[in-house]
This record gives sequence, C-alpha cells and structure tokens, in this order.
Amino acid sequence: MPDNLQQALGASTNEPTASSKSNLKKLPGDLAMWFFILAELTVFAIFFIGFAIAENLNLVMFAEGKAQLHKVAGLINTIALITSSYFVAISLHSMRVRNDRQAVFRLILALVFAAVYIVIKLWEYESLFEQGIDIETNTFFTLYFLITAFHFMHILLGMVILVYMAKNAYQGKYNDSSSESEFSGFESGACYWHMVDLLWIILFPLIYVI
Amino acid sequence: MNTLKYQSQAVAKPYFVFAMILFVGQILFGLLMGLQYVVGDIVGGLIPFNVARMVHTNLLIVWLLFGFMGAAYYLVPEEAETELHSPKLAIALFWIFAAAGVATILGYLLVPYATLAHITGNDLWPTMGREFLEQPTITKIGIVVVALGFLYNLGMTILKGRKTAINMVMMTGLIGLAVFFLFAFYNPTNLALDKYFWWFVVHLWVEGVWELIMGAILAFVLIKVTGVDREVIEKWLYVIIAMALISGILGTGHHFYWLMTPAYWQWVGSIFSAIEPLPFFAMVLYAFNMVNRRRREHPNKAATLWALGTSVMAFLGAGVWGFLHTLAPVNYYTHGTQITAAHGHMAFYGAYAMIVMTIMSYAMPKLRGVGEANCNRAQVVEMWGFWLMTVGMVFITLFLTGAGVLQVWLQRLPESGEALSFMATQDKLAIFYWLREIAGVVFLLGLVAYLYSFFVTEKKAA
Repeated sequence: MPDNLQQALGASTNEPTASSKSNLKKLPGDLAMWFFILAELTVFAIFFIGFAIAENLNLVMFAEGKAQLHKVAGLINTIALITSSYFVAISLHSMRVRNDRQAVFRLILALVFAAVYIVIKLWEYESLFEQGIDIETNTFFTLYFLITAFHFMHILLGMVILVYMAKNAYQGKYNDSSSESEFSGFESGACYWHMVDLLWIILFPLIYVI
Repeated sequence: MNTLKYQSQAVAKPYFVFAMILFVGQILFGLLMGLQYVVGDIVGGLIPFNVARMVHTNLLIVWLLFGFMGAAYYLVPEEAETELHSPKLAIALFWIFAAAGVATILGYLLVPYATLAHITGNDLWPTMGREFLEQPTITKIGIVVVALGFLYNLGMTILKGRKTAINMVMMTGLIGLAVFFLFAFYNPTNLALDKYFWWFVVHLWVEGVWELIMGAILAFVLIKVTGVDREVIEKWLYVIIAMALISGILGTGHHFYWLMTPAYWQWVGSIFSAIEPLPFFAMVLYAFNMVNRRRREHPNKAATLWALGTSVMAFLGAGVWGFLHTLAPVNYYTHGTQITAAHGHMAFYGAYAMIVMTIMSYAMPKLRGVGEANCNRAQVVEMWGFWLMTVGMVFITLFLTGAGVLQVWLQRLPESGEALSFMATQDKLAIFYWLREIAGVVFLLGLVAYLYSFFVTEKKAA
C-alpha cells in the first residue's frame, strides 16, 4: 500500500498531520467518508449498468416506461438538488471565512431545496400509484422504483447530516482553529451531499430522458 | 505470571476450552462425511450421513457461539475498564449451555431424529427439522435463556464502565444474534414462508450481526497487538460495519430469488450482495495497515498472524466465493451445488473460526497465566497449525469448487433429458471428493498442531 494512503488512513505515528501546509493537495473531509462515498457510488454504478443492460434487452418497454414519467418533475428536482448543493458549497466558504451564522443560514436554504425534492418525489410516486403502476408492473418500473427509492433514502440521510452540520456550526464546534479534524467533519458532510446530487445528475437523464 | 487486567476475565477460559473440544468433534464428523460421500456407509449404519451432517454443522455453530461468548467475557470488561458484573452467572451459564449442547448432540447420535422430536415434545411447538436449526425446541429455549443471562451480565458490566465503540459494536452484534435467533421459533407450514423466515436467522447472523462481532474482536486485538490509536481503529470499524450492514441486510435478497417472492428481489439481492465483498476487503486493508503502522512489537506474533489471516480468508471465503454465485442469473444454475459448499466452508473458517482463534491466540496465554505471549517454540507450533489448517481449507474450497463447476456442467446446464441425474453426477465428482478428503486430513493435522501448541514449553537450557 502506498505511503500516502497509509498516512491518509491516519495510522501515522507522527504528529496529527502536516496537511495544513498543503491544503490544495489535501482531500477535503475524512478519508473514511471518501471510502464510504466510493462504496455508495459502486452500488449506484452497478444499478446504472444493470438498468442500461435491461434497457438494451427491452427497448420498447423502457421507451414506454419513460414516456409515463413526469419529466418536468424530474427537471425541477434536478434544479432543486443543484441549488441545494450550491448552498452547501457556499456554506463551506462561509465556514472558511469563520462566518458561522451565515454558514448555518445557507445550510438551512440547502435543506429547504432538499425538502422541495422530497415533496415532488413523493407526489411523483403518488401519481404513479394512482395510475396503477408499482414496483411489480414491469422490469422498467422495478428498476425505476428501486433506484429512485434508494436515492431517496440517501437524500433523507443527507438531510440528517446537513441538520447535524448546521447544529454543530450553530454551536461553534467547527470554530476551533487548532483542530483539523473538527473542520473536516463539515467537509465530509458536504462531500456526502454533493455525492447525492451527483448521483441524481446521472440518474435523471438515464432514467427519465435518454 | 498473572497479566489479566481484570480477574473476572478468567471466565472466558472454559468457554474457549470447550469451544476447542467441540471444534475437534466438528472436524471428525466432517471427515466421516467426506468418506461417506465416496464410499457410502462405513460405520454399519450407526451414524447415517444426514445425522453426521447435522452434528458437523450444529457443532460448528455451537462452538462458534462458545467462542463468541468467551471473546465477549474477555474483551468487554477490559474495554469497560471494570470487573464483569457477575462471574458466577457466567460460569453457571457455561455449565448449562455445555450440558444442553452435549445432551442435544447425544440425542442426535443415540436416537432416531423422529424419536428425539417425539420425546422432546416437538408436536407441542414444532421448530425442528430445519437445516442448522435442528435442535429440539427445549434446547432452543435453553439457548435463549443462556443468551439473555449472557447479555444481562455484559450489559450491566458496560453500564457501570467505560463506553467504547468496540463494546458498543460487540453488544449490538450479540443482541442482534439473540434477536434474530427468535425467528427459529416461527415455523410456518407454508414451505416458502418457512424458508423465508429461516433466512432471517441464518443470513442475518452470518452476513449481518456476526460481522459486527467479528469487526469488534478484530479491532480489539489490533489495538492490543499494534498499539495504534484507538480513535483511528474505531473510525474504520464504523466505516466497515456501516458497509457490512447496508450490503448484508439488503443482500438477504440473494436467498429470495427462487422462493416465489416478487422478481425485484433478484435485483436487490444481486446488486447489494455484489457489494458484500467490500467491507471484507476494507478489513484486509485495515488489518494490514494497522499492523504496518504498529507502535510496538507485541511478543505474541501468532495472534498478529491470526488477525491478518482472518481478514484475508474472510475476504476470500465470504467475499470472493460468495460473489462467485450470488448474481441471480448465475445462481439460477449454481443454487445448492457444491459451489455453495465451497463458499460455506471457506467463509465460516475464514471469518468466524479464525476470528475466534485470533482472540484465543491473544487471550489464552494471559488466561492461563503464561504471560503476554506463549514461548517462541509454542508460537512456532501454533503457526504450523495456522498454516496447515488454512492451506487445508484453501484446498478443500478449491476441490469443492471444481466439483461444483463440474456438477453445474453435467447436471444443471444441459437441457432437461440430456442432463445427468443428481446421483449419476455425484459419481462423476468422486475424484474431487477424494481430494477434498485428503485436504481435510491436512486440516485435521493443523488442528492437532494448533491444540498441541498449548502444551509446548520452552526447552530448559542444558
């Protein structure tokens, strides 16, 4: 295993880290979170590959299925998540310039846009159920419900993480300039939220549009 | 030389010793069955194949439970930095569990299974007759009582002491073990439903809560032998168990492919169980990284070898060999063939037998008053045991995999009518079964070496 990975794993016997000197080269957040993100991306990648293969084997069924989805709802959700991610990104900036109150406010805005996503997604499910469509309708809808519901659960977990970050920021817990690890918690949470957003950016065209 | 931090940790010793006695029994019955595969009945009908198989698998489960209990009694007080709540209760439960276990195994061997079911009142509350859960209902109730007493004892210990991530993960695993066992009492008459809930015990044990127990024991031993910061080890423990639980719980779907369950289980099971190797791979990186970054040279080299070995063998056996047949389109052909047996052998040995021997290797010198570690000669013999058992198991797995591939080829792939029957296929697999039996003998030699290592002492200087 390369030395830098070993160091990043944190098992170094040296002083905490020398990362403050080379912030540009440093991975934002905790390496453990990146491992977790990679594992999550792997699950979704397998889902997407499975979807693409199933689509190739059932072109007509998938085209008909996509036609039944509400593309405008999908588009609004895409914009909501990108906007939410934007607020998380500028909230991190607020943290870096030590403006905790502004950071909290921006996290709350991020949560509001996440809530928009939740409401629209639930409305979408509801309207599909009303048409008598569910997870057992056909392979397209099996995958549609599995992938979007699994993503939905990530949004919920991500929102819990954002609330936790906002709470800590409000209490000034990231304000300890002597501690690297406190600040990396905020970055880790932000990275997780960007991952959830990134997944939707792949998911939306793949399942709704193309 | 007494090196125990808390004297009540000593209650772990009888659990470990009895686990090893049952382990020997398990291997002997395994060898007997291995022969029965190729030469048929060799003991004059005294021990039919189905009974030998039941004893082989039940002994495995029970000795692992004894091992986990021993591990918990050893590490929980040390982590909590306090004496065990009640050492007397731990010893009483040991004798109850040991007596019930021996009586059950004797019941399997001495009377026909149907008679055993009759005399233990199975018709009052039928729970018997299912693979791995063959124990009479009364034994199952006994297991629950022992588990409750055990959890009470540990829970009280943790409540009054230091709360560490390792203890929390260990307790979550042990509580999960007890809770999921309760599904053993639910036995619907519909066979598909019966199987469905049966997996709640079997799968959510080995691919769910047992992984927490393994992770906690591994983390404990790594902290002890490497001296790496607790914070670092605990952080990675959390990442690993999060991955293990997400993939493992939804991975239950890989048992639901052919149970008249909705088709989406084929997607859920395939995708999430494809992720199951990841936490095991993370454990390999974690164990090797921590050992490479060790801050001290612990005198117990054998314990370190076991810790590294269990991570690698769990990854191969549970991770790689599990993945081999987990995707629904593959499993359609391999379900219930020797491929499953290959996976089962290496996964149980790599993940669970080896983790118990890891904590035993670390704890037994202290429990026996030898000191921090056994003498060099004893450790060398122990390492012989490690390698012989591990290499033996690798070959058992490879030969069973060969048998499984051939079985799929002859019995499953051809269109019906052209396919060989089950028994005709078995005849064609004989060479693999013979080779597996030889590898099994190597494994037994390793076990003998391992047990012998407990009696080796340093030569007196001339």
